Amino acid sequence: MTHSLHDLVEHGHIVICCGTGGVGKTTTAAVLALEGARRGRDAVVVTIDPAKRLANALGLAELSNTAHEIDRALWDPEGGAPSNGRLAALMLDTKSTFDTLVTRYAESPQQAERILANRFYRNISGALSGTQEYMAMEKLHELHEDGGYELIVVDTPPTRHALDFLDAPQRLLRLLDNHIFRLLMMPTRAYLRVASVAVQMFLRTVSKVVGTEVVEDVVAFFRAFEGMEQGFRERAERVMKLLADSGTRFVLVTTPRRDAVEEAEFFAQRLAETSIDVDALIVNRVHPRFGDENPDGLRRRAAELAASAGAAADPAVKDAGSRLAALYDNLADFQEISEREATHLTGVQGRVGGAAIAHVPFLATDVHDFEGLREVGRLLFEPAEVRG
Amino acid sequence: MELTRFCSTSRVVIVAGKGGVGKTTTTAALALAAARTGMSVLILEVEGKSGLSAMFGRPPLTYEEMELAPGIRARTLTPDEALLDYLHNAGLRRISKRLVNSGALDVVATAVPGMKDILVLGKVKQLELRRAADVILLDAPAAGHAVSFLLSPRGLLDAVRVGPIRKQAADVIDMLSDPVRCQVVLVTLPEETPVNELVDTAFAIEDRVGVSLGPIVVNGCYPHLEVIEDEDEIERDAQLADVFVSERESRDLARAAEFRARRQELQASEADRLADRLPLPQVRLPFLFHAELGRPELDVLADAFTTGIEALPNA
Repeated sequence: MTHSLHDLVEHGHIVICCGTGGVGKTTTAAVLALEGARRGRDAVVVTIDPAKRLANALGLAELSNTAHEIDRALWDPEGGAPSNGRLAALMLDTKSTFDTLVTRYAESPQQAERILANRFYRNISGALSGTQEYMAMEKLHELHEDGGYELIVVDTPPTRHALDFLDAPQRLLRLLDNHIFRLLMMPTRAYLRVASVAVQMFLRTVSKVVGTEVVEDVVAFFRAFEGMEQGFRERAERVMKLLADSGTRFVLVTTPRRDAVEEAEFFAQRLAETSIDVDALIVNRVHPRFGDENPDGLRRRAAELAASAGAAADPAVKDAGSRLAALYDNLADFQEISEREATHLTGVQGRVGGAAIAHVPFLATDVHDFEGLREVGRLLFEPAEVRG
Repeated sequence: MELTRFCSTSRVVIVAGKGGVGKTTTTAALALAAARTGMSVLILEVEGKSGLSAMFGRPPLTYEEMELAPGIRARTLTPDEALLDYLHNAGLRRISKRLVNSGALDVVATAVPGMKDILVLGKVKQLELRRAADVILLDAPAAGHAVSFLLSPRGLLDAVRVGPIRKQAADVIDMLSDPVRCQVVLVTLPEETPVNELVDTAFAIEDRVGVSLGPIVVNGCYPHLEVIEDEDEIERDAQLADVFVSERESRDLARAAEFRARRQELQASEADRLADRLPLPQVRLPFLFHAELGRPELDVLADAFTTGIEALPNA
């Protein structure tokens, strides 16, 4: 079955945009949510780290944990969208999302307080690799359960291995499950009497390197956390289920650069291993192609023109020849880069099977307002008109 | 400025920039340019995976040094490996494997913000003190992480009040703040968002980290080509030069020329804007239309780097 972008924004419930950093994921996510709203859907886009001007356009001057509805006049200036279409945006605040989670699952307000005040927790919630990914998924789950949105488009954090968010819930659980730290959950100081030599040595090592204070923080954290893992585990399982749901669509975003494509391919493979289909592959910043002449032929033509220009006596003929040679060289440059980009993309395009594939050419300026988002929307959704 | 002079400005050059701007490519070009002056170069790759060795036609890097080209050695420098080294040197060899394998490093690293970065920078400092090479190039972590990476020792001094890690952090700060020992070369593309982010990063690094900034590398600049965009002019030139250009070909030539001209203008205006907002010299590296990055392309980039440095006034 071949997927289409129209189907994605018209019928998808959750759309997850993944890809490596710097490929235009945030912009793509915003465009998809906008196109959903323009088709009458109640849409929200969850962004992670938007460029400042785009964030401002979306009304996201600062981190906000609740979605904020965007004034209709901004995203639908001509008033052509169905009246039930709505567009909202949110910029993920990892730490406060985590705090909310802790407060929700704590057995008592005192337990929540102890955790929130713990130094180790404060570091986890801000810095542990994977926390941002997990919280993006958490926010997604919350919007799905309580938000009432028809279309939720999620940008994913720009990690080097962009699929980290799929593993994030498990990774956090693994941390909480770590057997060494289970031992640490015993009453303070008692850990020093634990029979296991290995654990004692371990603790002594850690204390030697970073000081006993840090070790005590960690111990206090795990003790405070006791009893909450179950809630976290159930939550993580529900998030995983949601990711595998048929209403959840995956959009792979890349550029035609070799390194970005390699990352996208790795990504597609990982999704396939998890039995997840890629519904769309969006390739940003594609060099345009001008005609179908072969670059070697053009290059030869340029060389011939340059040679005869060099031999010409008349300066006017000489100049005309060199100008033409430059034009052929330039065309050859673009045919070469275009062929190379196509070669780079072959592998990933083959791997994503029936996915909708869309190319967005290099744009003259960066996208930082609704007009820009709409322009990308046109390139994605009405390619024939634009290229004709 | 002469290239040799540039290369002997500081013993460690940290190459930083957002993902996708060509940090690794710049590192490779810089290494090649420095090696040509007869200096020995050691490249340290912080993120396990990168295309660096492939550019030189060599197998993937490991924690053991490997020669990439005459005068250029390279190795990885990941936090886990740096920790093992550290524990080993501290006489804690037996416990070290367990610490890393149990995932305990993650917990400890979380407990101490910037711990992983400190381990890596501590190892860089050790190599620098040992004079492991005339020039040590560090291919820094991507994204906005460069600032937090470089700020890590200061954060650690606040978090950890005792122990060898604290000493390590203090030593790293000494290295970072001494321009003879260390400078940062920032890489960007001549495009709007990368330029904005580079400016923010540069100010953050100068104000908050206190590391000396070298020239900015602007990567991916289209080699300048003077092209006419008008089909009538193309036809006139064809007649003058007495060659046949079909109507269709003339249209393709004109459209490609127009695209080139617009992008050249855009790139020039972004480079100017960068110069306005950041009073640092720029070295421009060309966009490579013709082929994938391999050894010959690296030579082209090293030439461009050399030319760019030589065009700068002596600091």
